[in-house]
Amino acid sequence: MVTLKPGPVTVGGVDLGNHLLLAAGVLGTTGASLARILDTGAGGVVTKSIGPVPKEGHAGPCVVTVDGGVLNAMGLPNPSSEFVQELDRVRGRPVVVSIFGGTPEEFSTVAGWFTQAAAGFELNVSCPHAEGYGAALGSDPAMIEACTRAVSRLDLPTWVKLTPNVTDIAACGRAAERGGATAIVAINTVRAMRISTALRRPVLGNRFGGLSGPAIFPIAVRCVYDLYEACSVPIVGCGGVASADNVVEMMMAGASAVEIGSAVQGDVGIFGTIAADLYSPDGIEPQEIVGCAHA
Amino acid sequence: MREQMPMGARITRITEESPSIRTFTFDLAIPFTPGQFVMVWVPGVDEVPMALSAENAITVQRVGEATAALFNLAVGDQIGIRGPFGNGFAVTGRTLAVGGGVGVAPLYPLAAAGSVEIFLLGARTAADLLFADRLGEACTLVTATDDGSAGHHGFVTHLLERVDPVDFDHICVCGPEGMMRAVLSILDREGCAERGQFALHRYMKCGIGICGSCCIDPDGLRVCRDGPVFTGDRLLASELGRYTRDASGRRKPL
Ligand SMILES: Cc1cc2nc3c(=O)[nH]c(=O)nc-3n(C[C@H](O)[C@H](O)[C@H](O)COP(=O)(O)O)c2cc1C
Ligand code: FES
Repeated sequence: MVTLKPGPVTVGGVDLGNHLLLAAGVLGTTGASLARILDTGAGGVVTKSIGPVPKEGHAGPCVVTVDGGVLNAMGLPNPSSEFVQELDRVRGRPVVVSIFGGTPEEFSTVAGWFTQAAAGFELNVSCPHAEGYGAALGSDPAMIEACTRAVSRLDLPTWVKLTPNVTDIAACGRAAERGGATAIVAINTVRAMRISTALRRPVLGNRFGGLSGPAIFPIAVRCVYDLYEACSVPIVGCGGVASADNVVEMMMAGASAVEIGSAVQGDVGIFGTIAADLYSPDGIEPQEIVGCAHA
Repeated sequence: MREQMPMGARITRITEESPSIRTFTFDLAIPFTPGQFVMVWVPGVDEVPMALSAENAITVQRVGEATAALFNLAVGDQIGIRGPFGNGFAVTGRTLAVGGGVGVAPLYPLAAAGSVEIFLLGARTAADLLFADRLGEACTLVTATDDGSAGHHGFVTHLLERVDPVDFDHICVCGPEGMMRAVLSILDREGCAERGQFALHRYMKCGIGICGSCCIDPDGLRVCRDGPVFTGDRLLASELGRYTRDASGRRKPL
């Protein structure tokens, strides 16, 4: 397998310890949890998505494991502005704050709370199961552009996380870029559903939700590949990454860094595990493989 | 990733343990370690974590919407069960158990298995003492009630003055946060905090260590996966007894 030369990287304006970030909404609700993940070897972390008002999320079940993945409908639970104090714990470290809102104004209000605490923002215009938020906005390129512009005005790195649940993800990526995105993150979860045959009803409290984990890795690779062709800002690959080889594959598709979520379920130390496999002093320059599959 | 959809379980018996606590027995046996929990799905309402009080039973105090819905169920009704999750108690030598209120539920199977020598049991009144008869048969039982209607008049922590915790290899504890923090302080004073095994309760959305809703400060430990049982030394500097977080992740003082 290809190994990479270790060392810090800058992606879309954010300085990271390595190419591996914690994905939004996974173990990202408290500062202590984010610190723990950084301490186990992540090069950066993305927080739980924070919105304009506190939300309790959907009724359970919110998460079930299925063959090859995780099905979830959390419903964007978040403490809203009180989250600012959580970040005291990780001040000065590579923390990207994920934010959501129902309008460009709400995005800019939420981002405004975190200008001191965030190394950058990740705009969640891609959650597939929160009415009026997330993918409800993120399937409309004009809306993506407006929300991105509302946040990129604050002059902090602005990443935009896209949903795969659209016909043309490249159009969404270009819209984000027009709005001033410094990087595109792909992908959020894939719309999905399971039914409990024992109880004869959808297993999630919200009935449907989003699929993550190894099952969506090929979908994520395809989206990253398309976005690399369509956009000039860096791409951050996300979806099903669970091994160093997956990281290399994402990078070959065009990713400058990757985010990892569901794989913490099997191993909370997954970042250290992958980093140990991925990096070696005699490894190649990471830049050499980013997008090499397009040649 | 191993598929783990909720299993359907039919309620076969409902036992009124106290005015506010009931045991729900179901037609599904789940091999488990005492202290482990399951996620209990009340269809159409919510899913909540519950310690197993036996391989086929949970013992529940009515506290919120989901537990109220459970209390409305009847024999023959179906619920969904995922689990068991978490680590459970790990005991080998002499074990002392300290339980308060519905916190006795995860400790009971430990005693029933013959692993507990002395059980310190506390509740508000005599009627609230959970599993007292059965515990009395399984080990040496000492009780305390807040109103003095049975046993020692006062907190279960006072009973710890009568036994010497240092004589035991493990002190397994579950109950209200204030009581657990008080026990931890006593163990710390006696220099044996690491012998304490505390079963914690936190708001949980996933039960499998991925969502982060159950993480405790200051180390970010996941109650659902790294716990729910933690040794006392890992909790000394923790939020235990001081605050918790609600469904949105906001801190709530205890
Ligand atoms: C339990 C859970 C909660 C999530 N919460 C969020 C969220 O708040 N915001 C967001 O942008 N993505 C959220 N996601 C999506 C992940 O960040 C990620 O895009 C997706 O899970 C695919 O990556 P993975 O296969 O590595 O998990 C969540 C995923 C899971 C499993
Ligand atoms: S309940 Fe989700 S991490 Fe513990």
